[in-house]
Amino acid sequence: MARAALMDFDKALELFEPVIGLEVHVELNTTTKMFSSAPNPANSAFHDAAPNTLITPVCLGLPGSLPVVNAQAIRSSISLGLALGCEIAASSRFARKNYFYPDLAKNYQISQYDEPIAFEGSVEVELENGRVFQVSIERAHMEEDAGKLTHVGGSTGRIQGAEYSLVDYNRAGVPLVEIVTRPIFGAEADAPALARAYVSTIRDIAISLGISEARMERGNLRCDANVSLRPRGQEKLGTRTETKNVNSFRSIERAVRYEIQRQAAILADGGSITQETRHWHEDTGTTSAGRPKSDADDYRYFPEPDLLPVVPSAELIEELRAALPEAPAARRRRLKAEWGFSDDEFQIVANSGMLNELAETVAAGATPAAARKWWTGEIARLANAADRDATTLVSPAHVAELAALVEAGTLTDRLARQVLEGVVAGEGSPQQIVDARGLAVVSDDGALIAAIDQALASQPDVLEKIRDGKVQAAGAVIGAVMKAMQGKADAARVRELVLERATAE
Amino acid sequence: MSDLIRLTAAELGERIASGDVSSVEATRAHLDRIAAVDGAVHAFLHVDTEGALSAAADVDRRRAAGEAFGPLAGVPIAVKDVLVTEGMPSTAGSRILEGWIPPYDATPVRLVREAGMIPLGKTNMDEFAMGSSTEHSAYGPTHNPWDLDRIPGGSGGGSAASVAAFEAPLALGSDTGGSIRQPAHVTGTVGVKPTYGAVSRYGSIALASSLDQIGPVTRTVLDAALLQDVIAGHDPHDSTSIPEAWPSMADAVRRADVAGVRIGVVKQLDSDGVQAGVRSRFHEALALLERNGAEIVEIDAPSFEHAIAAYYLILPAEASSNLAKFDSVRFGLRVTPEGGGTVEQVMAATREAGFGPEVKRRIILGTYALSAGYYDAYYGSAQKVRTLVQRDFDAAFAKVDVLATPTAPTTAFKLGEKLDDPLSMYLNDVATIPANLAGVPGISLPAGLAPEDGLPVGIQFLAPARQDARLYNVGGALERLLEAEWGAPLLSRAPDLSSHEMAAAEEGAI
Amino acid sequence: MSEITAEQVAHLANLARIALTEEEIAHLTTELGHIMQAVEKVGEVATPDVPPTSHPIPLQNVFRADVVGDDVLTAEQAVAGAPAADGSRFVVSAILGEEQ
Repeated sequence: MARAALMDFDKALELFEPVIGLEVHVELNTTTKMFSSAPNPANSAFHDAAPNTLITPVCLGLPGSLPVVNAQAIRSSISLGLALGCEIAASSRFARKNYFYPDLAKNYQISQYDEPIAFEGSVEVELENGRVFQVSIERAHMEEDAGKLTHVGGSTGRIQGAEYSLVDYNRAGVPLVEIVTRPIFGAEADAPALARAYVSTIRDIAISLGISEARMERGNLRCDANVSLRPRGQEKLGTRTETKNVNSFRSIERAVRYEIQRQAAILADGGSITQETRHWHEDTGTTSAGRPKSDADDYRYFPEPDLLPVVPSAELIEELRAALPEAPAARRRRLKAEWGFSDDEFQIVANSGMLNELAETVAAGATPAAARKWWTGEIARLANAADRDATTLVSPAHVAELAALVEAGTLTDRLARQVLEGVVAGEGSPQQIVDARGLAVVSDDGALIAAIDQALASQPDVLEKIRDGKVQAAGAVIGAVMKAMQGKADAARVRELVLERATAE
Repeated sequence: MSDLIRLTAAELGERIASGDVSSVEATRAHLDRIAAVDGAVHAFLHVDTEGALSAAADVDRRRAAGEAFGPLAGVPIAVKDVLVTEGMPSTAGSRILEGWIPPYDATPVRLVREAGMIPLGKTNMDEFAMGSSTEHSAYGPTHNPWDLDRIPGGSGGGSAASVAAFEAPLALGSDTGGSIRQPAHVTGTVGVKPTYGAVSRYGSIALASSLDQIGPVTRTVLDAALLQDVIAGHDPHDSTSIPEAWPSMADAVRRADVAGVRIGVVKQLDSDGVQAGVRSRFHEALALLERNGAEIVEIDAPSFEHAIAAYYLILPAEASSNLAKFDSVRFGLRVTPEGGGTVEQVMAATREAGFGPEVKRRIILGTYALSAGYYDAYYGSAQKVRTLVQRDFDAAFAKVDVLATPTAPTTAFKLGEKLDDPLSMYLNDVATIPANLAGVPGISLPAGLAPEDGLPVGIQFLAPARQDARLYNVGGALERLLEAEWGAPLLSRAPDLSSHEMAAAEEGAI
Repeated sequence: MSEITAEQVAHLANLARIALTEEEIAHLTTELGHIMQAVEKVGEVATPDVPPTSHPIPLQNVFRADVVGDDVLTAEQAVAGAPAADGSRFVVSAILGEEQ
């Protein structure tokens, strides 16, 4: 495949305005599937099941089988709709989307068409650079996932060149909510970052609701990105492409950026964009053309006769609304104010992905400043060195305990770093490590004074200088004392005592 | 011919319960009858001799051990091949499912098994229940026991013929536009389409999901009621299953009385388009009911004229989607084009080879009716006609308790007579289709023989949704009055098939 | 509206994944024309004020509890009826042709 010509990103932005639209599929983590009582592989209890073992006659579309809606999937979908600020439809219904594909057991997908369960919402999305967007949600509808094909033969395991394919229907019927945005204007150069931040926000919402594991690498969260360009000053929208198979947050950003550059090059060259599905290739960082949209995409939607309308009661909606967790954006605003962080300070925390840890550390008694200092400082450094996720190294409770020991003067910062290393190494809680290693600050003035007197006696020139008012000379004595105490002393107290002893004689 | 096979299901159940006859004896008598006459009738696609005898022995054993059973325990039953049966082939009359053995039982099959009934085998039908003559079966037509050159009706011609030929005391059928009632009409038997949702559709190979309903095929109204009492009830596997409990239909038959019952005659279905003998028997039956206290009222149902048109849009549309699953991947036939092909080509070749002409016709028609740009004009409009038909029913039932119509316009026609004329075949369903569109229950029971051809004629009654008991009341009463006039059940006048027994035996067909 | 062409029938056959022969397409083109002529009068009575009916018996909110059922099949049962399987998965021909 020939590599497409790309236009420089800044140049593309000069000539064209990017318009994006995002379709995110969220796999619900219900115990069973959308329309069948088979175990749901998107629930952690049933990960990695052997092929075709999470199957009932319904999942295989066996003749005579019939779908029945999972009540929990309805609750989860309504909760998600509410969290997206959507209206919940007084009545919604399912429809059949008809097309043939071997991973689709019935050769129709049960979805929602003209009457989705949720519509007209809005989500606040904050970029890493602090810019905030309000993304309009057109609709969120329920549908079922398809099975999985494994392509065999050929050299790459790809669909191209395969000799045959194997079908596993475990995933067939996993409950999905598809969230569709309205076209997003005005993001300009931030369009790629916005796409990424939007999907990340959807993930945060899904996790806070507890309705999905929301892990992109597992396919719990999938994003199709629509991108079109229109020349500056033109009202009419350009032709869009829909990029599929984008499996990580980073890829979303790259894929949108790539499509902007690719389309800009074509348009600037006098060409036109084909309305088509494109596939993202993680390895090459490019997209390639899939099927063109055509009249073959006549899905012949009609109301699913095997299922009945979903008419949620006002009580149910209010019950679920009352149980909604705080929206991620609102929560960030609240925490920033409560903690008194500057914009920059808070942004570093938010971008580090350790917001929850920080909040828990503060809840466990640490000051926000101390919590921030430990998580974005020493803990982040250790995580980086070990190539691990900081949140897996140490618990917020232990960080709070460590901060309390420093606050109480039991530990110096230097000692506390040693204790932290012990915690990370699994030696126990900070207090246990302090006790076991004997790392506590020596607060017995008698022991300190003895060490100071010895140091002053061995450095009479320094003693002279101090007595002459050159207080800064005391540093040499303090250093000697700290060394003698093996660091287990409070340097400030040592300084006080040094000055006291030097001038007293 | 053994006396056992002449008994009604209710009588046979009583004889078995009293210990007079064992279920094994009853089952063997019917298996013998099948062996003797089915070569000529071809009601069965599959006979499960071994399974039936072992199930019968099991019921006998459990009864001897003191287990309590319902009134139909030990009684054999034939099952339309549209219902999936664990361990028994289930083809829906199609080549595309030849040899497929389902891993589960349809809910009505499970219920008859749980009631101690003995499935004898699977009965012939028009492929995927598309047809009114059983000539569209991929496995050859079924013959009408009254005249083997004539159709037994359809799509459930196999179930109706098996009961009319005394191969089974009763059977399960499915009715999407008349597939239980029209075969009953042409074979002199009883067929009931219950209210939509009364009997679970789980395990019924779907034709048109919003129209399909499973129901009883029997020789008497009481037998139909007893069977409906077994198979009706809520099934959590079918979302469209009605949650409420049902009153006993058998009680309705036993208490049957038409005094004071208001019967509406649908003007649009009582016309010159109906064969003279069918019409005369219909009016004689109404007169008999009137003499016994019923009130006859003429009813106008103008939208019924559009029912066939709406039906032949809704049915193919839903069917085109329901039959998409037959694609050679998970079950059934696979045909690979010469030299191999992509999965898409294999699917298309399989469906070309596996579906018969009527199935292809309706799939293409349904695909058209749903396709972009045509949905509103066709499928959308048909769903509106459905509303109009329901309104006509609502208006009618505000005035009368039940409606009456001839079940079908003619008696059994000759095999092959309408095979090349789909439109004229579709007209057979004119009187039965409105009930499916509106979801209301209907019964067809024998009204006599048409004088001009000596063939059976049925009369249909329709009741409001959930009022199935009214059908059993009126049907039970009319059956008693007619048999009192005739001196015997209508089927006693059917030709004796023993000559065919001889002929078939000589040809080695048994 | 009931004018149906052979090209249309061929397109419908492709949508419905049936490899109809030329003869079948020709025959169906004529038949469908007749049938559509007979059924399209539904449009005459289906006025805008009439709501469509998709379910004959109106029910709503029919749900099941989120509990694993007793009808879960083994992989062996799942593939038992398949034309081709590798023991636990269904085997199908290549999705794409050689030229694709």
